[in-house]
Amino acid sequence: MEYLIGIQGQDFVLVAADNVAAHSIVKMKQDQDKMFKLSDKILLLCVGEAGDTVQFAEYIQKNIQLYKMRNGYELSPTAAANFTRKNLADYLRSRTPYHVNLLLAGFDETDGPGLYYMDHLSALAKAPFAAHGHGAYLTLSILDRYYRPDLTRDEAMDLLKKCIEELNHRFILNLPSFSVRLIDKDGTHDLEKLIPVGAK
Amino acid sequence: GNPLKTACSDGDGPERKIQFLHGTTTLAFKFQHGVIVAVDSRATAGAYIASQTVKKVIEINPYLLGTMAGGAADCSFWERLLARQCRVYELRNKERISVAAASKLLANMVYQYKGMGLSMGTMVCGWDKTGPGLYYVDSEGNRVCGDLFAVGSGSMYAYGIVDSGLKQKDLTVEEACDLGCRAIYQATYRDAYSGGQVNLYHVHSEGWNRVSQSDVLMLHQQYQAEKA
Repeated sequence: MEYLIGIQGQDFVLVAADNVAAHSIVKMKQDQDKMFKLSDKILLLCVGEAGDTVQFAEYIQKNIQLYKMRNGYELSPTAAANFTRKNLADYLRSRTPYHVNLLLAGFDETDGPGLYYMDHLSALAKAPFAAHGHGAYLTLSILDRYYRPDLTRDEAMDLLKKCIEELNHRFILNLPSFSVRLIDKDGTHDLEKLIPVGAK
Repeated sequence: GNPLKTACSDGDGPERKIQFLHGTTTLAFKFQHGVIVAVDSRATAGAYIASQTVKKVIEINPYLLGTMAGGAADCSFWERLLARQCRVYELRNKERISVAAASKLLANMVYQYKGMGLSMGTMVCGWDKTGPGLYYVDSEGNRVCGDLFAVGSGSMYAYGIVDSGLKQKDLTVEEACDLGCRAIYQATYRDAYSGGQVNLYHVHSEGWNRVSQSDVLMLHQQYQAEKA
C-alpha cells in the first residue's frame, strides 16, 4: 500500500515517498512524512508495520546522531546503511523483529551519491535505483527501461514523474501526493510535493 | 460448556485469545476554537449490550483528554498511567507537558507490549503552547498527528459526517459541537455496536469542559422532528 522510490544520479540522489498513513481501509493521515533525516546528507525512508517504522527509524536516527556527538564526525552513508542492516539482522531472530522496508539515500564527500535498498529480512544492496511497496511492481520496469547513470536532475525528476503517473494510472489504491527530496553535496533539499493529475 | 467460549476467538490451546470488542464510535477534530471530542457510551459482549452508560472519555488532567476504544481495561489503565507520567513531567520541568510528548509517552509505553494482546485505540486531545493538539495512538504502535480522527466500529460512518461538515471553514463552537454530536448519532444509527449517549467535550486554551450528554434516542426524535 505504501510506496518508496529512489534514483541515483551522477552527483545526487532523488527520493520520493507517498504521504498516506492508512489504518485498514481508512486514510488516517494524508500528509505523513515517511523520510527520516539521519544527518545533513543522509535520509532514511521507512515503510512497513505500524509502530515498527517510526520506532526503528527514530532509534537509528538517534544512534547516528549519538555517534556524531561522541566522535566529532558523522557516519558515512555506507556505514550508516550497514549499521541499520546490522540492527535489523540482530532483531530478526528475536521475539520482536522489526517488520520494515527501507531505502537509505546519502551523499559522501569521497564516494559521492549512494542509494541503499534494505528489506525486512535484513538484505542490503547498493543500487542505482530502487522502490518498495506494491507500486514497485509497476514502476521497476520503467526504471529499468529509462534509467541512465548520467541522468541530470531534471531528467531524474521526469523519470520519477513517469513512475508516479503510472501508479496514478494503474495502481488500484489512490495515492494523492508524494514527498520528494534531493540529496547532493550541498545537503538535503525539500522539493515540491508531487500531486498526480486527476487525484484529489 | 466453557462460559468463556463466547468471548474467545476460534482456535484451540493457549493461542486462543479473548476477543476484545472495538464496538464503539469515538471521534475528535480540531477547529478554529480548539478540539471537539465526541464519543458514544455502549459496551457490547457479542450481541449482548453490557452497558449503555460507559464513560469513554478519560480525563487525564485538566487540559488533556483521552478517548477509549478497544479493551476498556487497557484504555483506562494505560491512560491512568499516562496521567501519572504527565504529572511527574510537570513536577520535574515546572511546566505542562505538550500533547505531542504525552502521546509519545503513551505510544512508547504500549509499544513494549506490541504483539502481546493489548487492545487500545485512543486519541490524545489537548491544548498546549503550540495550540490545539490531537494525536491518534494505538496498541499496534501507530502514533499519528492530525486534524480529525474517528476510531471504532462506527468510525467510518462518523468520518462521512465530519468530513462533509468540516468543508465549510470556520465553525463556531456551537456548530462544531453540533457536528460532533451529529456524527456520533449517525454512527450509532447504522452501527449496531454503538449507542447509548453522546458525550461531548470541548478543549480550549483554558483546558477542557464537558459540553453535553445526549441520549441517542432523544437525538433521533429531535432530528426527525427537524426534518419534518
